Parts: sequence; C-alpha cells; structure tokens
Amino acid sequence: MASDREFNLIGKSPLRVDGMAKCAGQTKFADDLSMPRMLFAKLHRSPVAHAKIVGIDTSKAEAMPGVVAVLTGKSMPIPFGILPVSQDEHVLAFDKVRFIGDPVAAVAAVDEGTAYEAMLAIEVTYEELPVVLNAEQALANEAPAIHDYGDDGNVHKRVSMQFGDVEQAFEDSDEIFTDITLFGSNTHLAMEQHASLGHVAADGRVTIHSSTQTPHYLHKAACKVLELPPSRVRIIATPNGGGFGGKSDPFNHEIVVAKLSQVTNRPVKISLTREEVFQCHRGRHTVLMKSRMGMTKDGKITGIHFQSLLDGGSYGSFGVATTYYTGALQTVTYEVPTYRFDGVRAFTNKAPSGPKRGHGTPQPRFAIEVQLDKAAEKLGIDPAELRLRMIQPPESVTANWLYVNSIGLAECIEKVVEGSGWKERFGKLPRGHGLGLACSSYISGAGLPIYWNAMPHSGVQLKVDRGGGVAVFCGETEIGQGSDTVLATCVAEVLGLELLDVRVCAGDTDLTPVDLGSYSSRVTLMMGNAAIQAAERAREIIGKHAAKRMGIPGNRVVFAGNRVFDAEDPERGMSFSEAVQIAEAEQGTIGTVGSYSPPPNPGRYRGSGVGPTATYSYTAAVVEIFADEETGMIEVDKVWIAHDIGRALNRNLVIGQVEGGVYMGLGEALMEDMAYREKRRGVLKHPSMLEYKSITTHEMPEVITTLVEHPDPRGPFGAKEVGQGPLLPMMPAVANALHDALGVRVDQVPIHPDLVMKALKAKDKRAGPKKFPDLLITDTQRVKTQAEGGDGTAPRSPKEKAVQS
Amino acid sequence: MMRLPKFTWRAPETVAEVAKILHEEGPEAKVVAGGTDLYPNMKWRVETPKTVVSLRKVEGLTGIDWRDDGSLRIGPGQTLRSLERDERIAAELPGLHTAMKSISTPLLRNMGTIGGNLCLDTRCNYYNQSYEWRRSIDFCMKCKGDTCWVAPSSPVCWAVNSSDGVPMMVALGATLRFTSADGEREVTADDLYAGEDGRAWMTRRPDEVMTDIVIPAQNGARTVYQKLRRRGTFDFPVLGVAARIVMNGAVQSVDLIIGAVGPVPVRAGKAEELLLGSTLSDETIEQAAALAQKSATPLDNTDFAFPWRRQMVPVFVKRALLEARGQV
Ligand SMILES: Cc1cc2nc3c(=O)[nH]c(=O)nc-3n(C[C@H](O)[C@H](O)[C@H](O)COP(=O)(O)OP(=O)(O)OC[C@H]3O[C@@H](n4cnc5c(N)ncnc54)[C@H](O)[C@@H]3O)c2cc1C
Ligand code: SF4
Repeated sequence: MASDREFNLIGKSPLRVDGMAKCAGQTKFADDLSMPRMLFAKLHRSPVAHAKIVGIDTSKAEAMPGVVAVLTGKSMPIPFGILPVSQDEHVLAFDKVRFIGDPVAAVAAVDEGTAYEAMLAIEVTYEELPVVLNAEQALANEAPAIHDYGDDGNVHKRVSMQFGDVEQAFEDSDEIFTDITLFGSNTHLAMEQHASLGHVAADGRVTIHSSTQTPHYLHKAACKVLELPPSRVRIIATPNGGGFGGKSDPFNHEIVVAKLSQVTNRPVKISLTREEVFQCHRGRHTVLMKSRMGMTKDGKITGIHFQSLLDGGSYGSFGVATTYYTGALQTVTYEVPTYRFDGVRAFTNKAPSGPKRGHGTPQPRFAIEVQLDKAAEKLGIDPAELRLRMIQPPESVTANWLYVNSIGLAECIEKVVEGSGWKERFGKLPRGHGLGLACSSYISGAGLPIYWNAMPHSGVQLKVDRGGGVAVFCGETEIGQGSDTVLATCVAEVLGLELLDVRVCAGDTDLTPVDLGSYSSRVTLMMGNAAIQAAERAREIIGKHAAKRMGIPGNRVVFAGNRVFDAEDPERGMSFSEAVQIAEAEQGTIGTVGSYSPPPNPGRYRGSGVGPTATYSYTAAVVEIFADEETGMIEVDKVWIAHDIGRALNRNLVIGQVEGGVYMGLGEALMEDMAYREKRRGVLKHPSMLEYKSITTHEMPEVITTLVEHPDPRGPFGAKEVGQGPLLPMMPAVANALHDALGVRVDQVPIHPDLVMKALKAKDKRAGPKKFPDLLITDTQRVKTQAEGGDGTAPRSPKEKAVQS
Repeated sequence: MMRLPKFTWRAPETVAEVAKILHEEGPEAKVVAGGTDLYPNMKWRVETPKTVVSLRKVEGLTGIDWRDDGSLRIGPGQTLRSLERDERIAAELPGLHTAMKSISTPLLRNMGTIGGNLCLDTRCNYYNQSYEWRRSIDFCMKCKGDTCWVAPSSPVCWAVNSSDGVPMMVALGATLRFTSADGEREVTADDLYAGEDGRAWMTRRPDEVMTDIVIPAQNGARTVYQKLRRRGTFDFPVLGVAARIVMNGAVQSVDLIIGAVGPVPVRAGKAEELLLGSTLSDETIEQAAALAQKSATPLDNTDFAFPWRRQMVPVFVKRALLEARGQV
C-alpha cells in the first residue's frame, strides 16, 4: 500500500502549483475576465424586507443611453435552489420579496456606472407585509408566512429523533447539566467579491464563468432555469478568492448574466459590491440551543438531549442539512450512549443563512464544549482529563449510527495540554489571564451527495503525453485551499513526477468529470482517492510495458524521479517519457480514469444521510487570553492546536488551513456579528468590511500547530480533512478561557466586551440567553441504538403507517 | 464594485486659485487632499460634489516647521505618516504622535493628510452606507431625509466626530488658519469645533481652505491620547481622550478633551476644575474620571453597544491621566 513506502512529495511542502501565478498577479479571478463587446450588469434589489410586488416600471431605465437590456422575473419563472427539497428561489423575484437585497430586476449596460444609474431608475411598487426578524418570532407567528412550503407557518423544517432511552439515562445520572446558549450569525467575508461572466457562442451554447465552489450544482440550476440541456451550458469555475461556503449555492447573479447574454447576444459580466456579498450571505445560522447532559460523578456522559432553533433567513439554501448538522456530530467525539435531538429551522426576512466553514456544527460544538467545562468544574475533574476519560473508541458506531473509523483525539488533547503547560497553569494564572480548552470533530466529506444518485462523488481523468507530461482533469474547484496542488501531488506521487510535470484542469463542466465541489471538506479525501486510482491505472499500463522492455517482473518496477526503473537495479531503467512512448507504441493513446464514492453508512433512518463520512478529523485546542476586567475586552495571546489529519499531504497547506481556521474562529468568538437593525425594517447593520468586524493581523496570536498523523486507511495516502475542523474549538476555548481568567461565563458568541462586563456584574457571573422556546415537537423518530440491538432503522411511526395504509 | 459618481476635476496650484474656485462654484465644490474620507463618501453618494478641487499641487500647504518660540506650524497637506514619523513631534508632543499613529492603517496614513483629518466629515452608521442601504431606511436627516434614526425626536443630527486629530488639537490649543475669497482668518480649534449638529459641526465655511495649523509652544506640558476601538488597526475611534497637563508639583493647567462621543469633541470642564491644583493622586483621578463621564453621552451609531461606550469613558479618562502622571 502507498502508505508504507517512502514518499517523494507527500508530507513535504513543495510550492503550491498556483502559488507563483497568484503572487505574480497572473491568476484570473472572475472579475479579471473581459471579452470584446462585454456589457456590465447590475441587480436592482428590494429595499423592503417583506412585500408583494405590485408593479415594476423599467421604462426610465430602458430609456437611458447606454442601457442595452432590462430583465424582470417573469422571464425566468422556474425556481431553483441548492437542495432538491428547497427549490424556493427565483432569479428575479416577481411575486414577492423576502429580504432587503432580494433581486427584482437586472440591467445590462455599456459600463458599470451606467448600469448602476439605470438600476436606480427602476421603480418597483410594493405592498408591504409584516416582517419577521428572528426565529422565536417566526416560531410564534404562523402568519405572515414567508414561504408557502415548509413544515408549518414559518417553520421550514422541524426534526426530532431519539436514539436509546435518554430520559431513563437522565434518571440514572448523578448530575444533569442544563444550559442555554446562543451562537450569533456571522458571514464568510471572503476577500474576493462574487463575480460572473456569461456569454453565448454563435452556436447558441451558453458559458458561465463564475466564482463558484460548486460548478456542478450551478450547472444543474442554470440548465433548469434557462431550460437548456446540460450539453448546451458550460460552467467554468474561476479560481475563487476564498469561499468558506459562501459560494456554494447557485446564485441569482450567476444565472442572470447568462440570461442577459442570451437576450443581448453580448458577453455580460457582473461583479458584486461588498454590500451585495453580505446580502448573498449563506453564512452561519444564528442558533439558540438548549442542551441537557446527564453525567455520572466520575465524568461519563449518560445521555444528551440537544435542541436547536435556527434562524434560516429568507430562503432554504442548505438549511435542511444545516438543521440536521446542528444535531449530528455531538456523538462522534465522546461516548454518548443515548441521544435525542430536536431542531427547528425558521424562515425570517433576513439574508439567507447557509453553509459556512463547519456547516451547522460550530454552534452545537460551542454549546457542548462550554457545557463540559462547567461539568468539569462541578465534578471537580480537570477539563482535559474529563474529555480524555470519555473519548469515542475507534471503529465504533455511535448512538445515532455514525461510524467512527480512526480517532486521534486523545493524542490531540495530550499535545495541547503538554504544549500549553496546562497542568501547571490552568486555574493558576494571575487574574485576567486564562486558559481554555475545547475539542471538535468534522467530516471528511459528506457521505451523501446533495441530490440523490448512485454515481461517484468525484471523478478524475488522466491524459498521459508522450513527452512525459500528465494532464489531470477533475471538476474540483480551487478556492484557495490548495485543491489543485493536492490533485497534482497525488498524481505526481504515484507516477514519480515533479509537480510541474502535471497540468491541472479543474472545475469545467465541459472538460472535467464531475466532482461535487469544494464543500463539506470533501475534496482531498474524495478527489484524492479518485486521482490515486486514475494514476495507479496509468502506472499499471506504463509499468507493464516498461517491465517487459526491461525483462523484469511487473512488481519490480519503480516510478520515481521522473524515471521508471528496476527496484533491484535502479541503474536499469528509462525516463518516464520513454516509458510512456513504449506503452503508447504498444497499446495506443494512454488515458485513465478514477472515481470515488464514500462507503455506505450504517444508519437508515430519516435524516441519517447527514453526518456520515469516510472518516472524521479531530482537533483539540488550548487558547490563552487576557481579559481586561475594566473594559471586558479580550486579547488572545497564544493558541496551541493539534489536529488529527491522518496524514498531511502538503504540510504547509495543512498548517495554513489550521491557522486559517484559528483565525476565522477567533473572529467568530470575539467580534464577527451579522447584525440587523430590527427597528429599521431589518436592514443589515453594517454590510462593509470596515464596520463588520473581523480580526486583523494585529489580533492574530501566535499559533502552535501540531499535526497528529496516523494514516487512515480510507483517506488518500491516509489523509483526513483539515479545511473546517480546526475552526470549531476556537469559540468554546475562548469562552472557557474567559472563565479561567475572570470567573465569568458568557454563553454566547460573539463575546462582545459589554457581555463580559454584564457577566462580571451579574449575581450568577453569567451573561447569555435565559429562555428556550417550546419547539412544538409532536412526533419523535425513535431509533434503537446498536447497544440496544437496533439495526439502524427507525420503526415507522404510527402516523406514517396510517398514511401508508 | 462601487463607482464614483461623475464630477469635474480641478487641480489649481495656488491657494488663491483654490479660494477663487470655491467662491465661484459655491457649496457644490469640495477640496480633496488624500481623498481617504471624501472618495468613500462619494461612492456612498452621501457627498456628491460637482467639482472636486485637488490640493495636491497647491503650493504652501505642506511643511513641519518648528519656530524659535517653540511653536509648530504644520501644513495641512502633510500626510499622517509624516507626522507620525517626525522625531521631534514624538519627543515633544507624545499625545499628538500617539493620535497620528493610531489612525487607521499605514496604507491610509500614507494617503491621508492632517488637513483632511481635521475637516473629516462626521460619521454615523446610518449615514456611512450605500445609497441603496439608505433608501431602505428612508434616508436620514444628514443626507436626503427628515428624521434622525439615532434619536428620532431630535431636531439635530448626532453623527460623530471620529477624528483622532481633532480632540488632540483642541487639547493642544492649536490655531487653524483659513483662506477664502474674502481673505484669511484664524480660529482656535476650540472655536472651530463649536457646532451642535452633526451636519454643521465646524464653523468653517464651505468656501474656506485650511492653510496652516499652528500648535503653540508647549513648554513642557504633558500630552497624552487614549483611543478606544475594536481592533489594533483600521478602526475609527469610538472614544478618544486627549489630555494636556502642565505639572509643577501640582497641576498648573489642564485640558481634558473627549472625542468621538458626539458631533464635536467635548471638554470635561468639571473634571478639569477638580484636577487643577491637584497632584493627580489616585483618588483625584478616580473622581475626575467619574465627573468626565457626565460630559459624554454617546449614542447608538458607531461600533459597540453604546451604554458600554459610556461606561468606558471614565476608564479611558483614568488611563489618560495615569499616563500623564507617569510622563516626565
Ligand atoms: C478605513 C478607514 C479608516 C479610518 N480610520 C481613521 C481613524 O482611525 N482615525 C481618524 O481620525 N480618521 C480615520 N479615517 C479617516 C481619514 O482617512 C483620515 O482622517 C484622513 O486623515 C483624512 O485625510 P484625507 O487627506 O484623506 O482627507 P480627504 O478625504 O481628502 O478630505 C476629507 C475632508 O476634508 C476636507 N479637506 C481636506 N483638506 C482640506 C483643507 N486643506 N481645507 C479644507 N478642507 C479640507 C475635504 O473637503 C473633505 O471634506 C479612516 C478612513 C478610512 C477609509
Ligand atoms: S445621527 Fe441621525 S441624522 Fe445624523 S447621520 Fe446619524 S441617523 Fe442621520
């Protein structure tokens, strides 16, 4: 197997394949693209949060010099959306608008300034409807319904499931901890603002270049709305200047430019303003949570009942999946023998929430890790020790039927405990200074695709050139995370080449086989496995003919250093290109394919599709802070973080992802706040990079990263994910450190300084939400755990049986 | 991306020409120095001058000139960076040095000028927003609307003077010199920032151009500046405390100015009275800080929860006074 030999590239840090171009300014992002006769588009967006559209007058805009076309929603009546169950968006709204920023009309003009002025000249008459601005309001008020679908009123999705007898477990517990926590919304804040360029060729075929993380899903949505067969529409994902989940939904503007280019017969580009990017959002859901956790006095969890209420904003987006994710992964870090989860996602008249780095799991992770910190204090057990006692065993099935393959969490905890001097320093630092610990876990790619199908999740194609170069084609999308480099690395490693010998062609629905996209931390694991398979097949073909030529058995052929040679006599051999030529002469043009689907999961109940993965990554972190008692402001001094990566394919890239996760997580912990002005019609409070605060290099502490490497047999060369997991422990670690520093609990993020001051003054030394509403659960899906002899299915509820008969 | 609206660009070379253009074009003309304030405002369409008059080529608007009497004349065209880097300013006017160094980012300080900083438009997070955003709230009193959303019954605008330079110049007793078609005039910083409305916070007329900033000899006064903001870079102040104290065993004179809590900097007069003649004991400092809080009433139009900003006034006044006490 690949993992027991010496590597040429794997585990080292060669320069990323797109690095020089990015440094030299050669990389063409979507907004850098330009074509002859290109027009510029602008979207007219709703200034009101909830209203019926009574009339749209585009005559003034159309009459303006330089305006070439104006579009309204009736021209594209077919709805779209990322999930098959929430096809609730229109490219341009024509019946009603649901948030401030909902696109209503589009303009194409000769330049951006003209398009902007024309956009302002469009007059829309609205009949305003009452506005719903938070999830509790939405839950309490069925009317006015923002959508005419969903579970009821403004409840988009309501789920409830139970694994084992949680109430009995609580009875048997020594302590039951009940905590209510709030995780405020924040957004991706990628440096690159979304941009797209659409054009139509003379033969009528449409191309959309776009800063998208998911060209395949955009392909599906665009074909649906434009009513064109997939063979007539091509999506080219440009390198993204950061995505973090913010570019994984198909967006209005991406389809608008295609439609406008059809109408005008000219290329049309749109580049969003930062404010529009805030309106596109799809970022972190605000989640109010209530967790009841039963424990024995020696620190074992007996059961958890977890409830979450998600503020979904105005559209479905990935929200159904997000809802399940707020309940799925609580069980994969620590042993939780019985478990119940209730979740509700509500529609509100705000920018749509969606998937942001960690997708629905940072919120519950915050709740659980803070709760554990409190439990440790109450039980008189060191927080690190408490966690070490209850780690989920490897190759096990959790109460909610998730299969855990390898787990390096214990080692992660040990590393950060050691690095930070935890044992000597926790609880003993001078007032104001504190240490906090938290752990987490994340999927290495979702076990199921967005739409049900039995095809591979990732496909890779190789073309081997007789000159010795290899072109590798894959639908993956480079969003800055380094996926192009990982792709080239996997191929180059197997074929014994240098990175520059491999040409990557990615994210192009006409040229590359489908890869589902850069989301859910799936690319390295899935694309990597597919790439290894394709490369091994090429090696097989080339090796076979080379062995014959050398007169040795096939298993003695080695590919390394751009040569193909005899393992027993390395002098005997040939260059890689010679080997290719021999093979090509023998059997014709050489090309191979590889593909990957994740292993099936044992759970077979409703909702069991969210949570499974080939293998989970694990992270532990210790954060050291200084909290100013006079102001409540928090400075993060240092972070120790250890991540169970399985195997680092490119060490610098992995450390970059870890540090990036730390950076983003600290921003969420301390300041990032997607706030709205509820009294001013629900406008976003500060849709700009100046006033939406995220941390800068000034606030970024020193980060000591340790990679825990025990190759997981399911990962490519043993690798697991790293794109999302390391963010997760940051928020609870900061909150826990605050308790160590000042003895207060802020059960809420972001931890604004006024909350710290409030907690300092409060009798219970706590700030945070106090109440959790009734989620109005009427039907709970009951699934027997493995320990109870279950088989992963849920017996059908009486209700369902009635419907069936 | 956001685009600038169309405007006519003028680039005169003398102060007289600038004054002439401003006189002829009226309030539709605006001067621009570094443009770090004006251009973003134009992109938001909160300022839409028909004519933009660049000061870059105008003679006589630069210079950091120390005079024999110990006073300092600064040309308004001097960049913030050049003031931050001036060694004599750092040594003799540490408060000014700190204020300059604390403005935004190094990139911005390379562009931004002290003249622009002292004429900075007042800010409010209902105002520094795009045209579309402001349309969603029916605009506000400072631009195109009728109501102040921060204080809906208020007849005036409460936009915040968010300059770090302004409170410091007031504390230092600086004098500003302006030229217009009518001639020249001089005004103290105290008198310049005397408006009571975020729309008219300066007594400067739109046709006047600032030509000189004169800081009188400090004769060993201690100067400090304490700034509250979210992050260590980039951010405008949401509270700035500038102090100038002459100590001779006891406090001989004191200027305690609180910035970024309203349309103009506020003098903490009661606190000054208490401090005068004191030895800056811990107790006096605590009392002065508590008194100073009464002079500042920040509202909900900047970053952070505004009751907390108010809570921070005594903390930062105390820090400023402690810093001054520690200075030699
Ligand atoms: C992201 C960001 C962060 C910032 N942070 C801070 C901060 O922390 N602290 C702070 O104090 N400022 C801050 N600023 C504001 C601004 O950049 C600085 O105050 C800068 O000094 C302004 O100078 P300028 O030359 O660029 O002004 P300009 O934009 O050129 O002019 C500003 C105003 O002054 C007028 N003006 C300029 N020169 C003269 C003159 N000689 N006579 C008469 N009127 C004149 C202009 O007409 C205009 O109204 C920030 C700005 C941004 C964009
Ligand atoms: S203080 Fe009031 S009037 Fe002034 S800018 Fe803000 S909202 Fe407008």
